[in-house]
Amino acid sequence: MLISYLAAWIVLLLLLGLSVLSAYLPIGSLHPLVNFGVAVTQVAIVFTVFMRLTSPPRIKWVFAGAGFFWLLFLFVLGVIDYLTRSGFPPG
Amino acid sequence: MSAITADLPPSYLTHEFTLRSWLLSTDHKRIALLFFASITFFFFVGGFAATLIRLHLINPSTHLLQPDTYNRMFTMHGIVMVWFFLIPSIPTTLGNFLIPLMLGARDLAFPRLNLGSWYLFNVSGLLAIYFLVAGGVDTGWTFYTPFSTLFSNGHVIAAAVAVFVNGFSSIATGLNFVVTIHRLRAPGLTWFRLPLFVWAIYATSVIMLLATPVLAMTLALVAVERWLGVGVFDPSLGGDPLLFQHMFWFYSHPAVYIMILPAMGVVSELVTCFARRPVFGYSGMTYAMIAIAVIGFFVWGHHMFVAGISTFSAIVFSLMSFVVAVPSAIKVFNWTATLHRGSISFEAPMLYALGFIGLFTIGGLTGLMLATLDIDIHVTDTYFVIAHFHYIMVGGTVSAFFGGLHFWWPKITGRLYSEACARGAAILTFLGFNLTFFPQFILGYLGMPRRSYTYPPDFQVWNVLSSAGASILAVAYLMPLFYFAWSAFRGERAGPNPWRATGLEWRTSSPPPERNFERTPVVTCPPYQYDPVDGSYVAQDGVANA
Amino acid sequence: MQYASLAQQGETAQLGMWVFIATEVLFFGALLFAYFICRLSYPEQFALAGRDSKILLGAINTVILLTSSLTMIAAIELVKRGRRHAERLLLLTALLGVCFLGVKGYEYVQDFQDATVPALNFLLKPGYHPPAEIFWIFYFVATGFHAVHLTIGIAILLIMAEMTRRGRFSPGYYAPVETLGLYWSLVDAIWLLLFAAIYPLGRAAS
Repeated sequence: MLISYLAAWIVLLLLLGLSVLSAYLPIGSLHPLVNFGVAVTQVAIVFTVFMRLTSPPRIKWVFAGAGFFWLLFLFVLGVIDYLTRSGFPPG
Repeated sequence: MSAITADLPPSYLTHEFTLRSWLLSTDHKRIALLFFASITFFFFVGGFAATLIRLHLINPSTHLLQPDTYNRMFTMHGIVMVWFFLIPSIPTTLGNFLIPLMLGARDLAFPRLNLGSWYLFNVSGLLAIYFLVAGGVDTGWTFYTPFSTLFSNGHVIAAAVAVFVNGFSSIATGLNFVVTIHRLRAPGLTWFRLPLFVWAIYATSVIMLLATPVLAMTLALVAVERWLGVGVFDPSLGGDPLLFQHMFWFYSHPAVYIMILPAMGVVSELVTCFARRPVFGYSGMTYAMIAIAVIGFFVWGHHMFVAGISTFSAIVFSLMSFVVAVPSAIKVFNWTATLHRGSISFEAPMLYALGFIGLFTIGGLTGLMLATLDIDIHVTDTYFVIAHFHYIMVGGTVSAFFGGLHFWWPKITGRLYSEACARGAAILTFLGFNLTFFPQFILGYLGMPRRSYTYPPDFQVWNVLSSAGASILAVAYLMPLFYFAWSAFRGERAGPNPWRATGLEWRTSSPPPERNFERTPVVTCPPYQYDPVDGSYVAQDGVANA
Repeated sequence: MQYASLAQQGETAQLGMWVFIATEVLFFGALLFAYFICRLSYPEQFALAGRDSKILLGAINTVILLTSSLTMIAAIELVKRGRRHAERLLLLTALLGVCFLGVKGYEYVQDFQDATVPALNFLLKPGYHPPAEIFWIFYFVATGFHAVHLTIGIAILLIMAEMTRRGRFSPGYYAPVETLGLYWSLVDAIWLLLFAAIYPLGRAAS
């Protein structure tokens, strides 16, 4: 059990390194994808390993997921306005 | 206190009489009464502001209030009524008192958090009183930027902090209810045997938990911008005032569902009991409430149709707003179907419930009109909108709140109230309400803008009618103070189940003992097992005509 | 009181913390939404502004926080197994939290010296436009709220450490420590998302 925490910690540090290194590579518009992709992966590892989302009671998944799922509503419906405005992006 | 409980059996009221035992109580029933005191106070603060507004609007030229004062009055009315009365009303009073009883539990999952929620509410209330007394805010309850952040000379930061802290109280209450309903149901009480009031509180709590944090961050950003003089909504930096509106309404639209869902739960309890019929379409009712809670998060842009959002996005929000009306309509159909061929009696709670159904329907239909883009362009920011939301929040929520108060009064206090006085108050409420707010639909249609301290003389007759109605409504709302007070001291003793209702809360004494039930109930029946033919019923623990 | 067992009570407390976690996701998520819209609106200015964030300090802080999650979970495991001196790991976790705050404070000082603090000391560099300041407003609001959450966590850690030292927890009852562990990991997770939003921006030479 303890070894899985250590392994997760190492993976998290490696992912951090990946994110930092990728920042200096000329990958253009892929930057946000890589940086946030890494962050989301790291959060998933923290949730499942350190916060033991997989252990009972199972309803925890619903609560954990609900927050992120609801954020999608804000992001998607919110960005639709901006993306369909004329003259966007302004800068 | 001893005068009130003199001839009552031992109960949560007689458990201990010290002030300390009330102020540090973790008993959900006492905390419900503590909240009741707090929200009643704020109801009168908000009502005071409304009184001044309606007095001022009787005459467009003899300005009772200075224009700036008028702005602060409608802002105070909105902030206080929304966050310090309507949102907490049913959940923290009836919800707190009844949820453990309806579940067959001894208390909520986190009793100390419940007490903490009351103290947080009071801290936010004190902050609110501070900024109101210090001179108020003139931004409207909606705090639109850049006026609120850069140009208003009101106490915006104090108001934002007060509402921010109030949000913690909301979140604490919602958290408690969600965990309690998941974990503390009595044996045999499956999800689809829960009374609809419990489902309603659950759906409300989900909204409270997921929407309030967004408001908190939005107000924090407003406070930061006002304090620093620069911010993310500031157009001179390239910020977008509409970003504030998106974030604000992402919370504030679901907030109106926080205000109406508990009322719908109450109405379901009242209609079934006083029509002596099981609810029509129980699962439809539960799915409808869940649908309202979820879809309610998709519609916020309908507050921004003329603010500058893209036409495409306006169409999306308009469509979503039509969709969210469907589950509400289903509920109205199902209540009506429950009444059909029922054995209906017109006690005060039923009068309030029937009033709710009619007034909510009008409010809902006018909401559909507002969701229609072509109509909204003409009536947005007019009295049409004001009438619409008052039909829902006052005609709807406040009616249901009063109905619930009357229904559960015997359970809470162990005494009966004067049915004649209560029926009179209910009817007066209905008449006063319609006289107050129906003219406002006409005013909005004619073009009178909201939040305006004056108006063209042509509109005066409707304004006078509305103010006259408000005076009747005020009397109707004050009447319960008197007959409830009389009931508390001199009312006839109530038995455990004066209404012959089926919920678990009626299977214990009135008022309940401190630990709620002598023995944990075991549930064997779905709710609302009434027989309209002879009025007999089976309570949820299987006991007939208990 | 009303729970069938301590285990049931412990699970209920965990569930309560998960519900709270959902609210925190929306709190910081709302800020990230605002950031997202502003960055979409002014991608070039955000990249320019992001270049001035101190990625080394940010990365060091990330390592500190990730390690503190490890020490936190180790402390919980010790309590669960009835081993002694779990409070030392709790105190170590708190110490790492304090180190994070120290590095952050140092970083704030550097930010001030670089004139990237809105309202207090902000200078628009040549070639930069006003939206760059919006990036820095986000930076301070986000890291400020995160620091508040971290500080609260440190305070509760100290309380829990003292309670552990006094033997209040055992393999039969450790729910409060476990619940605190959830909160601490949440603070960690929030930082990971903020890191991605603040530090890797604009590093690649354009």
